Amino acid sequence: MAAPMTLLLIVAVTIRAVLYRSGVADLVSERVEVVSPLTAWKRVVEGLALLDLGVSPYSGDVFHETPLIIYLFHFLVDYAEITFMLADVITAVALYMAVKDYNKQVFRKQKYALEADRYPLDCLELIRSPGEMYYIPLKVAMCYLLNPFTVLSCVAKSTCGLNNAVIALFILSTVKGNMLLSAIFLSLATYQSIYPLTLSAAALLYLIFWWFVAQYAFMYLGSLLVLVGLSFFLLGFWDYLPSVYGFILSVPDLTPNIGLFWDFFAEMFEHFRLFFLCVFQINVFFYTLPLSIKLKEHPVFLIFMQLAVISIFKSYPTVGDISLYLAFLPVWSHLHRFLRNIFLVSCVLLACSALFPVLWHLWIYAGSANSNFYYAITLLFNVAQILLVSDYFYAFLRREHHLSYGLYLKRKDGSEATLVLK
Amino acid sequence: MAAHRCSRSALLLVLCSLCLFSIAESQETTPAGDHRATGVDNPQSVTGSTEQMAEQPTVVEEEEEEEEDRRWEATRDEVETENTSAPDTSAPTFEVHSSVPKPKDDFQEELVIRPLHSGDIYASFQFRTLWETDFTTGNKVSHYRLFPKSLGQVISKFSVRELHISFTQGYWRTMQWGQPFLPSPPGAELWVWFQDSVTDVDETWKELTNVLSGIFCASLNFIDSTNTVQPSASFKPLGIGNVTDHRFLRYATLPREIVCTENLTPWKKLLPCGSKAGLAVLLKSEKLFHSSFHSQAVHIRPVCKDWQCKTKSWELRQTLNVVFDLHTPGQGKQEWSLFKMFSRTLTEACPLASSSKIYVDITDDPQGEQFEVSPATHLLSQAMVLGDRRTFSLYDLTQQITFGTVRSLNLHIRWKSSEGYIHYQPSKDRVRPHLLEMLVQLPPNSVTEVTVQFERALLKWTEYTPDPNHGFYVGSSVISSLVPSIVAMDTNSTREQPLFSSL
Repeated sequence: MAAPMTLLLIVAVTIRAVLYRSGVADLVSERVEVVSPLTAWKRVVEGLALLDLGVSPYSGDVFHETPLIIYLFHFLVDYAEITFMLADVITAVALYMAVKDYNKQVFRKQKYALEADRYPLDCLELIRSPGEMYYIPLKVAMCYLLNPFTVLSCVAKSTCGLNNAVIALFILSTVKGNMLLSAIFLSLATYQSIYPLTLSAAALLYLIFWWFVAQYAFMYLGSLLVLVGLSFFLLGFWDYLPSVYGFILSVPDLTPNIGLFWDFFAEMFEHFRLFFLCVFQINVFFYTLPLSIKLKEHPVFLIFMQLAVISIFKSYPTVGDISLYLAFLPVWSHLHRFLRNIFLVSCVLLACSALFPVLWHLWIYAGSANSNFYYAITLLFNVAQILLVSDYFYAFLRREHHLSYGLYLKRKDGSEATLVLK
Repeated sequence: MAAHRCSRSALLLVLCSLCLFSIAESQETTPAGDHRATGVDNPQSVTGSTEQMAEQPTVVEEEEEEEEDRRWEATRDEVETENTSAPDTSAPTFEVHSSVPKPKDDFQEELVIRPLHSGDIYASFQFRTLWETDFTTGNKVSHYRLFPKSLGQVISKFSVRELHISFTQGYWRTMQWGQPFLPSPPGAELWVWFQDSVTDVDETWKELTNVLSGIFCASLNFIDSTNTVQPSASFKPLGIGNVTDHRFLRYATLPREIVCTENLTPWKKLLPCGSKAGLAVLLKSEKLFHSSFHSQAVHIRPVCKDWQCKTKSWELRQTLNVVFDLHTPGQGKQEWSLFKMFSRTLTEACPLASSSKIYVDITDDPQGEQFEVSPATHLLSQAMVLGDRRTFSLYDLTQQITFGTVRSLNLHIRWKSSEGYIHYQPSKDRVRPHLLEMLVQLPPNSVTEVTVQFERALLKWTEYTPDPNHGFYVGSSVISSLVPSIVAMDTNSTREQPLFSSL
């Protein structure tokens, strides 16, 4: 399927190139929904300028990128647009190849299960056929590249695109079974922002033996150490640790974004700040263990859930993070019959996306609203996302249940039963 | 017998001297014409041209004199070498010279580069063809060499005495750029002096504009009675002319005319070397039209060939003025080069040109403090430009050493940025404020603006001031000028003086 994929890449690159040349790029790079203090391009330029001036980029409160990003853009600052378009293309191609491989594995497992007669007779309509799975990789790439969130994020030159590329490469190498590359990409992703650490559980689920787990942990920690040491040698001081990781974990900057932290911490008593900070941050990592226990047979769905949890609960989310897990939705297109809230969720997501700029304008420029209005939309947006993720989780588990116990469930007395997620 | 021998020898002597005299006479005239055509090969002509002063573009008669002098110098040298060399080698060359007819046309090209105060660069190309011929008498001119045939036919068919046409894109900013060499209004401008022999000037004018619109691929056919005038006092003929009867003058302008590649290409085709050799290789439309100001013009007028004005030559001048704005935003460095301006470098002079030179205006920076030009040249020339004596660095493209070992000439002009001291301490939220100190050299009669971008931060509820709608106050900035002051240091004053005099 190279030809449709190439066409898709050309169309995506054209759209981004056209938008770069128009006035949209300047408008979008200022929007708080698309860029955060961690990923804004203006801050990267500021950090480079400070470095040229001889001042440490981390001496102010503006720059929160890792040293490797500084050095990458030191050489590529004139080709920034091409870099971000290339990152999007790499992400799309990596997701395409990963999903193709995953589909093959799913189909193979299904074939063995069919031959072993593990499925009840009445759930044969739930069995997936190669015909319906053929176009899924292309749909995944399309969902990522043509998603307005991704396009906006690329046009705003948010470094979130680079993060997504690294995570996509991690997913590809994990699905293919290449443990070394998987460990390296995971350590790169963790080095950039701490939260992808939770994806290591999914990678470890691909490994069965204890010795491989130890090897993986060793490779991961080794590459992380290399990156940290490299950063130290590049800049000559440890300034970046509090500026990057301290910033992500302690959330000093309360710039509005589509996350849950900012207004909550703006209205909080100082006395309880540390407590709530710990609660919010643990919230991100907390779901790893229960989810990995429940989904130990399905690591890719676990990755999807983890990505969603990270995007919703991280300290400075942007629409670029959302677009990465939304790209996975075509993979679970066979679950549509079990989704219950999809109409509500999509309406709320669309409405909130439209309301974000409106209420921002009313709050900041017109002065007739205040931060509560904007935070309300943020809350609604995140509730919709949580509902989306939990809906897909419910549908996935329900299908698994039907595959084990049959499609038309009957209680002990023969009457029809319904399934409820507890 | 001795008397016979005496008279015969005297006759022989007289005959020999007559022969020698005739030889000398012919050698004066023929090598001059030959040296004009093969200017590169003849070493005498090259030394003659480098010794001369720079041309003065506005005055014509002095140029004629210079050419005369140059020719005299060259022939004198040549005659001397001819006499000193062996007679058998001189005789065959003399015969060759006398058989080639003297060409009556001459082509010169020059480029003047002037860095402007505002950081832009003004480049002015001038291509001049001089041709001693007569378009006005009945015999049709058919053998064209350097003069373009299309324009020659226009002159003879429409009995044009002078023709000035210019196409300009952009607006000349006099406040920032100074005075241009030749001012031109935006759009297209055409003014023509016709010969006395024209009976119906309006009809001829109409036909002329249509023919010119075909030659220059411009919509000059829109020139009609609605935009043509007959000025009575503002215009005088720029070439030689007996009568200035304003009935034969027409002026029209099309301010909406857009200049583009379609106008540049036929303009370039009028040059003898086209855009293949010489300075015209730099005229590439993708860079020329990416400029703040672009003006191309053609001026045709009759001029005197010598100071006695016995014969008349036709002068065709093609000028192209362009101002490039190559500011690199965000970076203080500004570096110019021929490659950056025109995306080409020079490899040779036009072989049909008698002189091909580049002048870089260094009047504002004689010591080389503000900018440096590389490759360096020791050739300097001075000229009066618009009443102002200016100094130029000269690059002669007819000499091979100009191109050096790389066989190509790429002039670099590097602005030496005054290393201003900047001390910047960025702020940390709720810890310390911003501190920005800059040591700046302000040029005279200028306005300097310093802008700082900032981002707003959301306050915690405890940090709100009692009246938040008032906003925040930003402190004033401090400007200190480094001026030595004796008054302030003098504290031991015992004289009766008011206190404010010691501030």
